[in-house]
Amino acid sequence: MTTRKWSFHPCGNYRERYDQELTVFETDFGRLWAVLGLVLLFGAVPFASSPYLLYILNITGIAAVAAVGLNILVGYTGQISLGHGAFVGVGAYAAAILASRWNVPFLAAVPAAGLIAAAVGMVFGIPSGRIKGLYLTIATLAGQFIIEYVLVHWESVTQGTMGITVPPAGILGWSISGDLPFFYAIYLVLAVMIWMAVNLMRTRYGRALVAIRDNDRAAEGMGIPIFPYKLLAFGISSFYAGVAGALWAYYLVSVTSEPFNLGLSVEYIAMVIIGGMGNMAGAVFGAIFITGLNEILRFVTEAFMNMGILSEYGLNLAPLREFTFGLAIVLFILIEPRGLAEVWRIVRSNFRLWPFSY
Amino acid sequence: MDFFLHLLVNGLSVGFLYGLSALGFVMIFKSSSVLNFAHGELLAMGAFLFLALVTWAELPIALAFLLTLAGCFFLGFVIERLFLRPLIGEPLIFVIMLTVGLASMFKGLLLFIWGGNLRTYPDFLPEWMGLTWGTISVPPVYTAVLAVGTVFLILFGLFFKFSSQGIYMRSVADNQRAALSLGVHVKRVFALSWAIAALVAGMSGIVLGVINGINVHDLSAIGLKVFPVVILGGLDSIGGAILGGIIIGLLETFTGGYLSPSLRDVVPYIALVVILMVKPYGLFGLKEIERV
Amino acid sequence: MDNEVLLQLNNISVVYSDVIQVLKGVSLAVEKGRIVSLLGSNGAGKTSTLKAVSGLLKPENGRVTEGTILYGGQPVQNESPETITRKGIIQVLEGRQPFKYLTVEENLRVGTATRPVGPYRKDLDMVYAYFPALLTRRKSLAGYCSGGELQMVVIGRALMAHPSLLLLDEPSLGLAPLVVKEIFTIIRRINEEQGTTILLVEQNARMALSIAHYGYVMENGKIVMEGPAAELAENPDVKEFYLGMGAEGMVRSYRDVKSYKRRKRWL
Repeated sequence: MTTRKWSFHPCGNYRERYDQELTVFETDFGRLWAVLGLVLLFGAVPFASSPYLLYILNITGIAAVAAVGLNILVGYTGQISLGHGAFVGVGAYAAAILASRWNVPFLAAVPAAGLIAAAVGMVFGIPSGRIKGLYLTIATLAGQFIIEYVLVHWESVTQGTMGITVPPAGILGWSISGDLPFFYAIYLVLAVMIWMAVNLMRTRYGRALVAIRDNDRAAEGMGIPIFPYKLLAFGISSFYAGVAGALWAYYLVSVTSEPFNLGLSVEYIAMVIIGGMGNMAGAVFGAIFITGLNEILRFVTEAFMNMGILSEYGLNLAPLREFTFGLAIVLFILIEPRGLAEVWRIVRSNFRLWPFSY
Repeated sequence: MDFFLHLLVNGLSVGFLYGLSALGFVMIFKSSSVLNFAHGELLAMGAFLFLALVTWAELPIALAFLLTLAGCFFLGFVIERLFLRPLIGEPLIFVIMLTVGLASMFKGLLLFIWGGNLRTYPDFLPEWMGLTWGTISVPPVYTAVLAVGTVFLILFGLFFKFSSQGIYMRSVADNQRAALSLGVHVKRVFALSWAIAALVAGMSGIVLGVINGINVHDLSAIGLKVFPVVILGGLDSIGGAILGGIIIGLLETFTGGYLSPSLRDVVPYIALVVILMVKPYGLFGLKEIERV
Repeated sequence: MDNEVLLQLNNISVVYSDVIQVLKGVSLAVEKGRIVSLLGSNGAGKTSTLKAVSGLLKPENGRVTEGTILYGGQPVQNESPETITRKGIIQVLEGRQPFKYLTVEENLRVGTATRPVGPYRKDLDMVYAYFPALLTRRKSLAGYCSGGELQMVVIGRALMAHPSLLLLDEPSLGLAPLVVKEIFTIIRRINEEQGTTILLVEQNARMALSIAHYGYVMENGKIVMEGPAAELAENPDVKEFYLGMGAEGMVRSYRDVKSYKRRKRWL
């Protein structure tokens, strides 16, 4: 089939060959929308946004990079990590140290931070080879605490609670500072990382991971060595965390160990669950949802505190953030375990078929 | 030498507490294979409920204690009914995430009501409960902990070994299909194990509160320390939980005493990773009896 | 043949996971106080039939989609196992599923789950009277018992529940011929002395027909033949396919075209 026609969604599954199953975009309209979306994202969004909104967008973008990585582990390989926040921290510190001590340029420091985080992550992934099931989750919990401890107490390298100030980022002599340049940097990285993740899942490696998630015994029977693949998934996911951490470090200029706690790890898990496990777009939705929720809750809290008499209540409202996260996770698991991505799919297909819904 | 003995006594008591806290966790895992990440929050629930009954309602200690246990029992029951039961048969990954979400919810709720400051119970233990051997003195709380904990362990052992309900619960943990075929109410067993686990957790929470003061963050951190304890003891062994608790407690206090106080809190997790790599099913975890 | 019917299956279909149909209209009747045996090769749907009765389809994502199961005149299809066991139907699972980490006596005590309160001593004595071998092993873990002992444990466990209808799924599986004989003698004694109605699924057709009053033969999710046990045992087809004898009393090959055709007719 060399002739290409504009294709629409067929009403049914008319795929005839395996490579048709592998297409990223089912129709040319899908491809068109993706291109339009990217153009809009880079061409219009930053100019239509206030600095505050731009800041939120940047934070969301960083979170999305980490969430896409966690999704590879949780959604596609079926392993839970409770240490993702710490691995983001490893990436942030790695980038900060590389940049401030050895003047490693931005373009090299970001992937290097990813690789370092991947290496650290794989160390904690080793127990998953010995035993099946949920032990990896427990090992990553340990990883979370051990990494936190090292970040605070290895003072000669991490400067302890003082934190590290990161020199400004630059590419080929242009310096990247301020919200707008970072917007481009972050979203370019995000686009590349998503593109990599989507394509990874189309390769034999990606299919092996999904096979392990669905039935590890059967996968082993088909000749997939489980341990190396689990470790690979863990490494890839930590690589994403590291890259996100590096962007975080550069964007927020200073790095301290406080943000990278268990709470952050839970936030990333919430993003994956709420967005939809095993769905790339889902991870991005989840990042938007959680970051948005965070900001709304902060806004509400501040509003209460500024209302004088209510300030005492306002202070008490802060923990409600934690409560709301928990509630969101619980509700999504109970009501729509496939997450926002599924909600989006339903809405979209309703629109596509409108007004003839059958 | 005195310092050593002091650490030993301290470590044993802390460890016993860890073991006690881990009991409920092991029970839930045994009956329904759920790793409960909200265990620390259950501890905190018990501690705060007791605080409320003692300070706000000003009930007598014994009554408040019993009411707290009853409240926790009920709470565990409700948690199972509302959140866990709809997920029976779903992939385990969802169940675990759910407990992570629950942990977050409860923590936020407790912080919202009681705030993050350290609170203490009014002094209610009599002086005579303290023990002194030469230079080593054991404060009254520790004696009380040992007494209450031992009584609980014995009651538990008796319940599971001899009572019909206890045997049904063990049968579900052992072979769910066979239990179902004999008419064991499996869902009721799940609910009951959550209820009992919450009760034990509540009791441990009170004891921890008496010793260290009550603080949401500290208590939920102890809930996570359950993991090194049960991994060491074997996820499904009640005796292992107690022994694992004691080992972790000793490890912690001795590290804190001889090496560095800051290493204290992280050493259980280092132990955890080492155990996972060396002896993954723990010291006392059940080896599968394989019969074909 | 004019006894009261205890269990009646009317044209039931069973579907697993909404797509896999294993029973295609099975009808059978079990009269009170009788032993009825259900024969058939692997995958014929015998076990699914038992599970449809006992309610154990549900945890395996199976469902009775058509037809009715009447127990004492009451419909029980798609009820939960908790309800059905409390009506007096107890299934003994295929392949002996003991509680490995419980002692023999604790295993037996689980059988009281349908009536958790009340004494159980007398029932234990009754079970030990049927299976004296268990008395000496009562304190040892079931996981370390022999296959024969385990079969006794699981039947005894079911007896503890005072079943009116006992569903036995392949009690002879993997046991030595002598042990099988012993077990089947006890099954018959239970039926005669306790008045327990028994629906017995077996591969060992000779054994099953020797103690049963009535029999059904299943193939591919359907009942293809039925009759009093003695008649079935004489039937040339049953003889050939399940008792391992050719029509003339010789062992014959399955590749034989004639018998293949005859077999086909059933399906």
